[in-house]
Amino acid sequence: MSEARPRLGGLLTREPRVVAAGVGVLAEALAQQAVPVETVDWRPPPEESLAALNTVLGDPRRAAANERAVGRMLSARPHLVDVRPASEVLGLEPGAFLHAGPPLEWERASGPMRGALMGAMLLEGLAETPEEAERALARGAAVLEPCHHHRTVGPMAGVVSPSMWMLVVEDAEHGGSAYCSLNEGLGKVLRYGAYGPEVLERLRWMGAVLGPLLRDAVRRHGPIDLIGLIAQALQMGDELHNRNRAATSLLVRELGADLVAADAPREQVAEVFRFIAGNDHFFLNAAMAAAKAAADAARGVPGSTLVVAMARNGTDFGIQVSGTGDRWFTGPAQVPDGLYLGSYGPQDANPDIGDSAITETAGMGGFALAAAPAIVRFVGGEVPDALAATRRMYEICLAEHPVLQIPLLSFRGTPAGVDVTRVVRTGVLPVIDTGIAGREPGVGQVGAGLVSPPAEVFADALRALADAVRPEPA
Amino acid sequence: MTEGGAIGGTTMGTTDGVWVEVRRGVYHDSVTLMRVSRALAERPDVAEAMAAMGTDLNLEMLRRMGFDVPADAGPGDLVVAVRAADGAPAQALDGARRALEELLRRPATAAAPADGEEPARTTAAAARRIGADVALLSIPGPQVFAEAMDALDAGLNVMVFSDNVPVEQEIALKDAAARRGLIVMGPDCGTAVIGGVGLGFANAVRPGPVGVVAASGTGAQQVMCLLDAADVGVSHVLGVGGRDLSLEVSGRSALAALAALDDDPATELIIMVSKPPAPRVAGLIREAARRLDTPVVFALPAPGEDDLTAAVERALATLGRPVPRWPRWPAPQPTVPPGRELRGLFVGGTLRDEADAIVRASLGDGGHTLVDFGDDAYTRGRPHPMIDPTLRLAALAEHAADPACGVLLLDAVLGHGAEPDPAAALAPAIAAARERRGGPDGDLAVVVSLCGTAGDPQDRDRQAAALREAGASVFASNAEAARCAVRLLRGSVEGVPDE
Repeated sequence: MSEARPRLGGLLTREPRVVAAGVGVLAEALAQQAVPVETVDWRPPPEESLAALNTVLGDPRRAAANERAVGRMLSARPHLVDVRPASEVLGLEPGAFLHAGPPLEWERASGPMRGALMGAMLLEGLAETPEEAERALARGAAVLEPCHHHRTVGPMAGVVSPSMWMLVVEDAEHGGSAYCSLNEGLGKVLRYGAYGPEVLERLRWMGAVLGPLLRDAVRRHGPIDLIGLIAQALQMGDELHNRNRAATSLLVRELGADLVAADAPREQVAEVFRFIAGNDHFFLNAAMAAAKAAADAARGVPGSTLVVAMARNGTDFGIQVSGTGDRWFTGPAQVPDGLYLGSYGPQDANPDIGDSAITETAGMGGFALAAAPAIVRFVGGEVPDALAATRRMYEICLAEHPVLQIPLLSFRGTPAGVDVTRVVRTGVLPVIDTGIAGREPGVGQVGAGLVSPPAEVFADALRALADAVRPEPA
Repeated sequence: MTEGGAIGGTTMGTTDGVWVEVRRGVYHDSVTLMRVSRALAERPDVAEAMAAMGTDLNLEMLRRMGFDVPADAGPGDLVVAVRAADGAPAQALDGARRALEELLRRPATAAAPADGEEPARTTAAAARRIGADVALLSIPGPQVFAEAMDALDAGLNVMVFSDNVPVEQEIALKDAAARRGLIVMGPDCGTAVIGGVGLGFANAVRPGPVGVVAASGTGAQQVMCLLDAADVGVSHVLGVGGRDLSLEVSGRSALAALAALDDDPATELIIMVSKPPAPRVAGLIREAARRLDTPVVFALPAPGEDDLTAAVERALATLGRPVPRWPRWPAPQPTVPPGRELRGLFVGGTLRDEADAIVRASLGDGGHTLVDFGDDAYTRGRPHPMIDPTLRLAALAEHAADPACGVLLLDAVLGHGAEPDPAAALAPAIAAARERRGGPDGDLAVVVSLCGTAGDPQDRDRQAAALREAGASVFASNAEAARCAVRLLRGSVEGVPDE
């Protein structure tokens, strides 16, 4: 024990401030003595998880492991450094596709995932018609792998094919890199499972014009500090998942001069500006890559109970945990609770889909709802509900983000770093902002709302963490 | 629609139960409009409805829904489209129109105060809210480990009031505390005082030079009350839990507590209160105590050892303070016929043990029984008898009815956390028992050991007066109460023999 540290944390040097959990009369006795006392709304953890909970919480490695893991996540400094095709940057071969969420085979793929894969087949010229693409995929003609297995994330279906251009993000602090495709906009888009001619036409334009121009602009500009930009956007009303309006504007402002200064035809530059200006979600993919770089920096710390990935493939919801390597813990993806476009309703909704929950994993999105009160109205809530949602997330997080701050909470850092043990102990599930994809391939977006992971993925992860605790030497 | 005109013009068409309207330059955010759309669509007389800004995407969707949208509607315009349900009355659309105005005008709900927080769900989260330094946990023992570990992780010291915590968890918690430079008081720790604040069951005592390390809750209370009666205050009372000095736990918390009190400038002397520890652990503790700069007085009541009162007297001597005559409130007691038995009914385990040692040293075994109603066997699914006196009162009446019972020896423990007025139930029970056995001229003596201070919320002197009024002889020193009971059983006619 260090001599410099006061014994018992200075307990004997001042009037105590007390947290009380349990019998009310003991807390009342403290209040009668005019002692500051905060009571805990304690509820028993699930009986079947108690043994694993005690094992993991008793693991002497845990505290330091979590400190290290979450420390790495929060100190990451992801920068946008380049924009390049997936074939180059990921070595993605023709016939290979990445997809959102945990591993998935065609047979279990949902409508929007199938639609997006079919569209990618058409885009890559591997099929002439949607029907042909579907048949090829059904007989296993394509290689499917999760984005997350390639330091990549993709929104909604998250399908990445070799010709798509990727945002290249590097972590200046820890040296990692992460990738995400370019955002197509809203409505009928590949990531929501649409594969019509207008979808493919847009993707081809993105490959031919948007990608190269962005590449030139980013290279001319030099690395863009994404966390710095995200921190500003949070204070302008974004939460970086369902609202990216401020961040998109900031990015355009940052890159504008270098877009113009490049050697491209004026009408192409105008198209690029028009495209980004018409897509409030353009920055989402950059936020996701930034979050992925940060979360990946926290991977592989033995004994750590930190969640490093939350991702959905439209069928399963999966999480990965720092202390359990690359193993996925999966359960059925839920249907989001939200508002629907036009005449669509819950019966049209696909279960939860997309890697975009990487934003929540890194302390944005639903965890930062208090910074973006408009978003909570997706579920008919009000501003106090947004504050309550963020405050609830502090209960299950290991830390508060040192850079991402919430003005309405007196610039408190966003809750960051989901702790498996806290989720199981409290039953409080991460709150995730999400778009809602149509159930049928080709439909596209039908709404937006909030969703939570299935509780069992955390219970399963906890059991695996307990299994990984070495028995104490006798 | 007259409202639209002020902003820049409205085009509207209503035909055959369909209403389509474009409000130029009227902006509402998409979330608001989704809510409005849903509210309109949910109206029973509406088949379909959509309110949206006129982006290409939305216009396409409106057309797909079968609405005929003016070609010049653009992204800066609000488009409202409603189709009445089949067979809906002609005024259905008017209702929808009024609803739309209401929805778009809907004022923001008054903001909740920023501090309107839900209660914290974990100890760590609660601790962050007030910058806490200690957690008091009284949740069920089998589930306490997670909260205690959480508290330690958050940098808090922990007092575990709960019992039924497995010993290996106790050891793990105490080792985790040691790694963090913190202390775990408990499990099964009833009493602590930190800087004058009582945690759990604790008496209101003046601040002063004596630090107490206690593996026994009521033992600590007896010590602090006697010190208070001697006008000597306490700096801190650090409970360590009844099992801390066992061979398995081997004084992990006691050692931490001794070191912390040794470092504390307010503490001039330490009293270590415990049931007799395992011999190897006793050696360990005594060795640690020898290395401290602060003198340590041991109070380990057992046959052949000083009782708690004597240990306090030794501590007073070490401090150079006079030993007072311990407070007592005598009442006339009947002469107890020979051959009767002593029945001790206690709420404090250590007070029972101390009395038991004194009784057996003087009287041998002889059918005398002393029961601790705070023992696990009496508290499963029930509050502690310091909070709920029911079981002991029932036993009291039972023993009073038994002619073999010659002396009833009771304790009453006051202080924070204990029932607000123990004498309110105990005094009438004592009076009834005495009445039943002939009153002051009968054959049942009653002695009460009253553990409390003048500053306690229950007011010790008022409690004493009520108990004496009911016929009991009352003592502040538990040892003196036990000795009085012994003398009464031996046939002494003195209510309060001189020591």
